[in-house]
Amino acid sequence: SLNCLDWSLLTPATKEMLALAEQVKGRFQGDPSFEYSLAEINAEAAARLVESGKEPVMKEEARLIATIELIDREVGIVPRGAFVKTPLGSVHENRHFEGLSLEEAKKLSSYFHFTDPVNLKNKTLMEKADLDPSTDFLDSLEHDIPRGKGSWSIQLEKAGAVVLLRSLLWLGLTFYHVPMTKQFGYVYFGTGEKNLDLPFML
Amino acid sequence: HGPYQPHEPGYGLDQPGYSPYEDVIPDTHARMLAIKNAKAYLLKTSTKSGLNLYDHLANILTKILDEQPTNTVDIIENISKDVKWAQFRKKMDTLRDEPRIPPTFEAADRCKALFIREAGEEEREEVEEEMGEPALPNVMEVAFYFEQAGIGLSKDESYYIFLALKNLIRAQPVQTCRFWGKILGLEMNYIIAEVQLREGEEEEEAGEEGEGTTAEGEKETDEAEEDEQKEKEAEPPKSTYKPPPAIPKEANGTGTNKFVYFVCNEPGKPWVKLPPVTPAQIVCARKIKKFFTGCLDAPVVSFPPFPGNEANYLRAQIARISAGTHVSPTGFYQFADEEEEEVEGADTYEENPDFEPPPVAEMVESLATWAHHVKSILKQGRCVWINPTQKSEENEEDEEEEEEDEGEEPQEERGPPLLTLISEDEGMKDIPAWTAQASTNLIPEYSVAILQSNRWPGAYAFASGRKFENIYFGWGHKYSPESHTPELPPPAQPEYPSGTEITETVDPTVEEEMAFKIAQEEDLAEAEEEEDEEVEDD
Repeated sequence: SLNCLDWSLLTPATKEMLALAEQVKGRFQGDPSFEYSLAEINAEAAARLVESGKEPVMKEEARLIATIELIDREVGIVPRGAFVKTPLGSVHENRHFEGLSLEEAKKLSSYFHFTDPVNLKNKTLMEKADLDPSTDFLDSLEHDIPRGKGSWSIQLEKAGAVVLLRSLLWLGLTFYHVPMTKQFGYVYFGTGEKNLDLPFML
Repeated sequence: HGPYQPHEPGYGLDQPGYSPYEDVIPDTHARMLAIKNAKAYLLKTSTKSGLNLYDHLANILTKILDEQPTNTVDIIENISKDVKWAQFRKKMDTLRDEPRIPPTFEAADRCKALFIREAGEEEREEVEEEMGEPALPNVMEVAFYFEQAGIGLSKDESYYIFLALKNLIRAQPVQTCRFWGKILGLEMNYIIAEVQLREGEEEEEAGEEGEGTTAEGEKETDEAEEDEQKEKEAEPPKSTYKPPPAIPKEANGTGTNKFVYFVCNEPGKPWVKLPPVTPAQIVCARKIKKFFTGCLDAPVVSFPPFPGNEANYLRAQIARISAGTHVSPTGFYQFADEEEEEVEGADTYEENPDFEPPPVAEMVESLATWAHHVKSILKQGRCVWINPTQKSEENEEDEEEEEEDEGEEPQEERGPPLLTLISEDEGMKDIPAWTAQASTNLIPEYSVAILQSNRWPGAYAFASGRKFENIYFGWGHKYSPESHTPELPPPAQPEYPSGTEITETVDPTVEEEMAFKIAQEEDLAEAEEEEDEEVEDD
């Protein structure tokens, strides 16, 4: 939506859209029908599209969809324990989730990416033994590249009443959680561009 | 759960003959026995924890009936665990934990200091009215206007900042003060106030610097003595490397150092003054891109190496942001003298009393209605260009062996003069430098013109009638469509000039050496034969 009054539904992202969107640089224009000329960005993709009969352009709408999907996938996070996995494999919201305590909230390891886990299988057997399969079935934030400082900034606001995690990879993604309560969530306010300079900036 | 009263649903069920399970155990006596056995079993105390199942179930049911959560059957195990856990707390009554002071309390304590009014304040208020404009800015008013655009901090935080600024004014001799903005950091954030000190304060700083230079002077004499001692020993050849002359920083009160900046991590913490910025720091800050950590003493590890710690880097970024994005409606400020407009050193401007604010719609449509009121920074890192080779005249007498000035005369740099319109700001590729919009299209009479900078994402300005203000909320970095490429290290310096006296050639291989040796021996043998022949001839 452009004015918070008229909303249009976005289609789910396809793999080609994601691949192309990563190559497009620069700000969004604000017009969903704006077309990016693909010839500048990726000559191969342009050639492929021309062969299949379509024009070698990428619409801003597609770029928007892909960007949203990328953000959700890469930096969409939830606190540990908020979601549980049943033995049947389906994931539900944990209605008994009382929130993280203050100490837990300050640690990166108590937050998980809300996508299919990639790193879980690589953990050592010792670590796996400590995990609780009902709550620890997602990737933790500790292992986000770059290691050491990580790509997150944790801050306590309002004297410990709210814990804020800001992503350094997608500048503008903010995750909030009120410790000892069920409230958490994340929002994105920003230019929609990935921060590829992250390794230089730490 | 004793004998049920007539109005309760379980009434009469425990009487023989009325229970719902009548058909299970027909014999009354046996049933009573079965019930007693069951209850005795339930009352059996566990050997491990001292609880019994009967009480535990009773507690669970009490809790469930009190709280009435949804979908109880799904979370019954957790409820059971909670009840058991609650049992433990009571047992440890004799040992009481020292009440832990939650961090909220500590922070509130700090903020309490903000709210206390000193006794002497009422007298001071009268004095301030005489002095003319109040130094304290109306942060809440500014926050209200920015809120129309969706920018700003929460009301609580704005109010805390307001009070903190008031404390700052009380502590330091401040002439004008402004809330500059907030820069986010990895561990903590910075709240920044832009201040102009009254003139007496600046002299003290100069005194401090004077002391600094005398201390350095002493160090230099010590080093000179050591050098003399070393000269008696064999010295390696002195390097002909002359570091490029350091460009002096601008004096306090002019150019990049026009304002003094105070920072604090949170309102309530003491304000720290940032040191004035030097051109070398600005030049280096343009080449690096680093996150702020929130700790002013943190070193800035980068290439090219940044001269200073995080406080200096922060000050340099503030200077760049101010120079790039502080704007005001055109005509609000005018030059004091009309003649000064042409002189490049025009630094002073004053408010134009005849300024008539253009309507909001016009401010949004055309960028020519806004103008920079801070001088832009040249490539050199200063606002006013200075020729660095002028200082080297003093040293020329000592360095007789030196060749002519290796560099050419640096060209004088001219930047756009003060009060240029922002419509002349260049954009990057297709992106314009500024984006303007009105805060609301629905109520144009009361809307506010908002300006967003695209070069420094996070810099905003608003104007509504005579009021205007600039602010910054962000990470403190410039926007570039391409990724940041760090500067490459300089090429390795040649060790010596390669000329006729010294040249580098490949070492001769063993075969060449052997051949050379054989040739030499042959020559020797020939020479000996010749001598023998000569001797024989004689």
